[in-house]
Amino acid sequence: MATVQQEVVLAMLAKEPSHGYELRARLKQALGPVGEDLNAGQVYVTLTRLEKAGLVVSTPNPGQPERPDRKVYELTAPGQHRVAEWLAEVSWPRPDLTEFHLKLIAAAAAKLADPLAIVDAQRRELLRRLRDAQRAALALPAETTSDAALLLEGIVLRLQADLRWLEACERTWTIRRDQ
Amino acid sequence: MTTVLSARGLRKWYGKGDGLVRAVRDVDLEVAPGETVAIMGPSGCGKSTLLHLLGGLDRPDAGEIKLAGRRIDELGERALARLRRDAVGFVFQSFHLMDELTAVENVELPALLAGRSPRTARRRAIELLDRTGLGDRAGFLPSALSGGQRQRVAVARALANDPLVVLADEPTGNLDSTATLDVLRLFDDLHEAGQTLVIVTHDSRIAATADRLISMRDGEFTDETRLTGGTTGSLGKLAGLES
Repeated sequence: MATVQQEVVLAMLAKEPSHGYELRARLKQALGPVGEDLNAGQVYVTLTRLEKAGLVVSTPNPGQPERPDRKVYELTAPGQHRVAEWLAEVSWPRPDLTEFHLKLIAAAAAKLADPLAIVDAQRRELLRRLRDAQRAALALPAETTSDAALLLEGIVLRLQADLRWLEACERTWTIRRDQ
Repeated sequence: MTTVLSARGLRKWYGKGDGLVRAVRDVDLEVAPGETVAIMGPSGCGKSTLLHLLGGLDRPDAGEIKLAGRRIDELGERALARLRRDAVGFVFQSFHLMDELTAVENVELPALLAGRSPRTARRRAIELLDRTGLGDRAGFLPSALSGGQRQRVAVARALANDPLVVLADEPTGNLDSTATLDVLRLFDDLHEAGQTLVIVTHDSRIAATADRLISMRDGEFTDETRLTGGTTGSLGKLAGLES
C-alpha cells in the first residue's frame, strides 16, 4: 500500500477547510493511475496525527457521527507555517546509481559475471517499467493534459534517462571486454 | 510457432580487409503474425541493415528470408520490387514523403502503383488518414504538416496495400516528445488491430511498446526478452510513493 508524505496532506488543506474524503478525491485526481494502490485509510490516519501535533484542527459536522471522514479539517497557524516551509524546501529524490555502477566493476574484477549480461538484465526490467508507465499514459484521454499525464511523463523521462545511462555502461563495458 | 517473417543465417558484410564491416552476422529471427518486435542497439550495430534485408531493400550475402512461407532472397529484381510494394510497408526516420504530393496523394500512391483503380485507391487512402487522425489534413502538402503528422501520413502510406508486415526504421527519430506519443499511440492501435510490426530503434519509448525486444550488438543478437505478460507491479512505486 502506497502512502504520501504527511506534508502533502497538510498542503492540500491550505486551499480551504475540507473533509478527509475531499482530500482523498483531490489526491486521486492528481495521481490518476499512479495513485491506484494508495492506502485508502492513510489520509485519515495522517489527519489524526497532524491534529495531535497541533498542525490542524477539526470541527465535527453537526448531526454527523464523530468519525475522521465526517469532520472538517483546517490548518492552524503552525500548520500554515509548516506548509510554507515545505513549499520552499528543495528536496529531490536521489537516484542510486552507485550500487549498480559498483556491481558492474565488482563482477568484472572477480570475473563472476559478465557486466554486459547485468546491463541487459537491468535494461529488461527498466523497459518493462517504461512499458507499464507508457501504457498508463496512453490509456488517458489524448486531448486533455491532466495532472496524472504530467506525472506519468515525469516517470517516463526518468526511466529514459536511466536507460540512456545503461547504453553508456554498455558502450564502455563492450570496449573493455574487447581490449 | 507460425511465422509471417523469418530469417535464418542472415549475413551482410561491407568492405574488405581492414575496412571489413560485419553489419549482420548470421542472424536468425522469427516473427509471429500480429507480433510487434523491436530491435534495439547502438548506432552502427547493424539493425538498419537487418531491416533492409528483411524488407528486400537489400540482398544478403548468405542466409534465407521467408515472408509468409516464401523465400524472398531468391527473387529476381522485378518480383522483389512487387513484393516490397504489395507485402511490406516501410516507415523511415525521415518520412520519405513526396513533397509535391498532398497527404492523400502520398498515401494512395502505393495502391495506384499496385494497379488499384483511382477511386478505390482514394477511398482507402482517406480511410487510412482518418485512422491515423489526419482526415482533416488530406489536402495538405507535407511542408504544411508537423513532423509527427508527416510520420503519421507515412504510416498510413505504409498500410495502403494491407502489408503482411510493417518495417519501421527509427520511426520516432526525428520527433519531439508529443509527436512521439502520437506515433506510439498509432503503433499501439495497429498492434491491437493485429498488424505485424518490426521496429528498429534506439528510442526506448517505442521499444517499450513491443511484445518482444531484441538487443543487437556488433551485428549479432545478444539478448531477447518478452515485455508482455505481467506488469512490474505498482506505478506508485515507480513514481516514488512511499510504501
